[in-house]
Amino acid sequence: MNAPAYNFAYLDEQTKRMIRRAILKAIAIPGYQVPFASREMPMPYGWGTGGVQVTASILGPEDVLKVIDQGSDDTTNAISIRKFFAKTAGVATTTSTADATVIQTRHRIPEATLHEGQVLVFQVPIPEPLRYLEPRETETRRMHALAEYGLMHVKLYEDIARFGHIATSYAYPVKVNARYVMDPSPTPKFDNPKMDNCAALQLFGAGREKRIYAIPPYTKVVSLDFEDHPFTRYRFDAPCALCGAEDAYLDEIVTDNDGSRMFVCSDTDYCEGRQAVGHRGRESAAPHKERPHG
Amino acid sequence: MAEIRNAIQNDQPLLVAERLGKNYGRITACRDISFALYPGEVLAIVGESGSGKTTLLQLLSAQLASSAGRVSYRMRDGVLRDLALLGEAERRFLFRTDWGYVHQDPALGLRMAVSAGANVGERLMAVGWNHYGRIRQTASSWLERVEIDTARIDDAPRTYSGGMRQRLQIARNLVTEPRLVFMDEPTGGLDVSVQARLLDLMRNLVGELGLAAIVVTHDLAVARLLSHRVMVMKGGQVIETGLTDQVLDDPHEPYTQLLVSSILPP
Amino acid sequence: MYVAVKGGERAIENAHRLLAHERRGDPDFPEVSLAQISEQLGLAVDRVMSEGSLYDRELAALAIKQARGDMIEAIFLVRAFRATLPRFGAAEPADTGKMRVARRISSTFKDIPGGQILGPTFDYTHRLLDPQLADGFFPEAPAISDALPGATPRVTDILGRDGLIEPSPQAEVDAPVGDLTREPLSFPADRDLRLQNLARADEGFLLAMGYSTQRGYGRNHPFAGEIRFGEVEVEFFAEDAGFAMPLGSIALTECQMVNQFKGSATEAPCFTRGYGLAFGQSERKAMSMALVDRALRARELGEEVLAPAQDEEFVMSHSDNVQATGFVEHLKLPHYVDFQSELGLLRKLRKEFVAAADPPPMREAAE
Repeated sequence: MNAPAYNFAYLDEQTKRMIRRAILKAIAIPGYQVPFASREMPMPYGWGTGGVQVTASILGPEDVLKVIDQGSDDTTNAISIRKFFAKTAGVATTTSTADATVIQTRHRIPEATLHEGQVLVFQVPIPEPLRYLEPRETETRRMHALAEYGLMHVKLYEDIARFGHIATSYAYPVKVNARYVMDPSPTPKFDNPKMDNCAALQLFGAGREKRIYAIPPYTKVVSLDFEDHPFTRYRFDAPCALCGAEDAYLDEIVTDNDGSRMFVCSDTDYCEGRQAVGHRGRESAAPHKERPHG
Repeated sequence: MAEIRNAIQNDQPLLVAERLGKNYGRITACRDISFALYPGEVLAIVGESGSGKTTLLQLLSAQLASSAGRVSYRMRDGVLRDLALLGEAERRFLFRTDWGYVHQDPALGLRMAVSAGANVGERLMAVGWNHYGRIRQTASSWLERVEIDTARIDDAPRTYSGGMRQRLQIARNLVTEPRLVFMDEPTGGLDVSVQARLLDLMRNLVGELGLAAIVVTHDLAVARLLSHRVMVMKGGQVIETGLTDQVLDDPHEPYTQLLVSSILPP
Repeated sequence: MYVAVKGGERAIENAHRLLAHERRGDPDFPEVSLAQISEQLGLAVDRVMSEGSLYDRELAALAIKQARGDMIEAIFLVRAFRATLPRFGAAEPADTGKMRVARRISSTFKDIPGGQILGPTFDYTHRLLDPQLADGFFPEAPAISDALPGATPRVTDILGRDGLIEPSPQAEVDAPVGDLTREPLSFPADRDLRLQNLARADEGFLLAMGYSTQRGYGRNHPFAGEIRFGEVEVEFFAEDAGFAMPLGSIALTECQMVNQFKGSATEAPCFTRGYGLAFGQSERKAMSMALVDRALRARELGEEVLAPAQDEEFVMSHSDNVQATGFVEHLKLPHYVDFQSELGLLRKLRKEFVAAADPPPMREAAE
């Protein structure tokens, strides 16, 4: 039995070329889902194979890779994927958002503003924003081709009629470059504004569903809403208990059996960075400072 | 006979059928159908089931490709276009804005699980309306117009009676002020008193909006109430055509005479 | 003071060590060998090869061992390996007509040229657990026949000669065969991609879909025209040599279903077909595949598509068990960020619900 020999970053060059072609097409048509022949990867579908294939296709030996899941470098799947690339590509890895050239992420966009030359690779489970309204692929492709997004608006209307608000809190649909409606992946709607006019290239990979899409740098990305029910970011009304940040997305941690809770930055690199330069929250060792409520 | 409002606005036909036909293998569903429909005119196509009238309606509304002949429609820019040559995008756009299609079973023409307001507002949103309040207001006024209690605006048509569903379907179709409405047995399956109210409503709306309409029905009373002209179909062909009152009061063809004579007296 | 959770990397390493330990089980018992798996659990190996889309008994046996007997996990291992293999071309179509049949039956005729050959089958066994198999069982040598193996023409060819069954749908000779693993699937799909999808589909899923057609969800009146199992040569056309070279032989199970007849305005009615093919002796898979193949041909045969088994998008999008399990099991991954968003929205809605204390106005009854 022969042990297989793996190429740089696991995928063979032929496959990488195929994926890059799909990526180029995606960049040329912002927000449009380009079908690609997703390969069977050594991790299960649904666990980031799309993101991994995109990353594997664009990585070069000089790149510095950061991998996060739920905003943290230390969650199990992020660790697993980072180790995969360390093993198959031998690239340098980092937890620092600023130092990374390629950032693969699941469910969050980093708090730190991204700069030119960086690529943000999103892991996408269901690329089709209309999927839960119309299960048939043949129909949704037609709707995108003809820019027939009435069904999406019906859903938003219904939400307001029923709840008084648009009842989507994550994977909130956006319109890209004033043409295609896109699913930003299950990031909280809090992160949506970061996609607009972003200096970095944003790539989205869905392995199981076999689609790649992209937002080129400095592209207009608008969250769908009504004029009289404009898009609002949701964020818990508290500063981070560790670093005091008031503009970051927070994780809710249950701390004891009585249901006590505290709120901590989801983006671990951001939080640690702030703490390193002296910012503190009420749970930190330093004495508590009164803060004006923002 | 109810008053015919002269709704014909200009001398250019809105829809033209030329020697239209459709066959399935050896079966001929309809053949050699030719006529012109003018703006604001209501044409009834009557016949028994199997006469080919529903197939004809589907041919005229470009839902079925013809085996022979063609259908042309005058677009808003005044140009008469062969429907078979329209791109899919154009055809779908037409269907959503300039045309209406009222199904016999309202469930086919509505989103049953979505509120009445969303049903009526959908076409508006599809053409770019982006203000929830205005959409809702417009939907509400249309519900009023079709005599549905506006308090039901957030209820899904699943909770509506048959007559209400049909009226909602009409509102959904008329909200974009189409110029041509196709109706397939619009009052079929409703009980008699409900039918009467619905027909009254339809006649008033058609008159107020100056709509052209093609109504397929087996019920001559519907034809008499709604239409200016009638085409009688049998075995896939038009056997008699003319002004509704004239054809129904003085039918020439034996088949037409048979149809007319079998109307039960009220 | 709260300290953020760390140590995920070590947790993973420990989990892997524990898994390896569990996999080995009690070291007092002998380790199971790949040869034992391949020889004695042959049907498991057959399934892993079929759904893994790779004919290699040893690798399939290794996968089963590594997966601790979890078949879908084993299939995943094989597929992931297959994805790394270089491709140097496509084989010539395998001629199952030339199969060295070990088993061959037809339910459409009492007797057929070449005979009904039962072969090694569970079919007529009584399902009584046999404690004799627990340990040290030596089966008697199989019976040997004096008769020479005769030609076994396909039953469907026999029907075809009289025009009683539709000819097997042919693709254009020069058209390249689609490859599911190289191109993204799009609908409507041609039959080559459909059959590929079904060939690697989950046996249980296809079984249920096939079963549903028999119970009326898109009934197509199937008869098992022929089921045959045996070795078939695989040949590869070598450009340099100028002829097709045999690469070896593989075990295949083929099922031809004879289904509901139909005609048209221009053609006399005849039976229609359903086709199933699997590696090894995988009858249930081949038969289910044939039933579903026929059901999916509803569109091209002008039948109304009403049942799930006839719905191409539904069947083909959900037949792949590696994809299915990936997505179902991905729910184990952390989702707390999105859950946090939902919690926020829910809390807001609940607050508003409580605040809006007035009862809704009475509604008029529907007419």
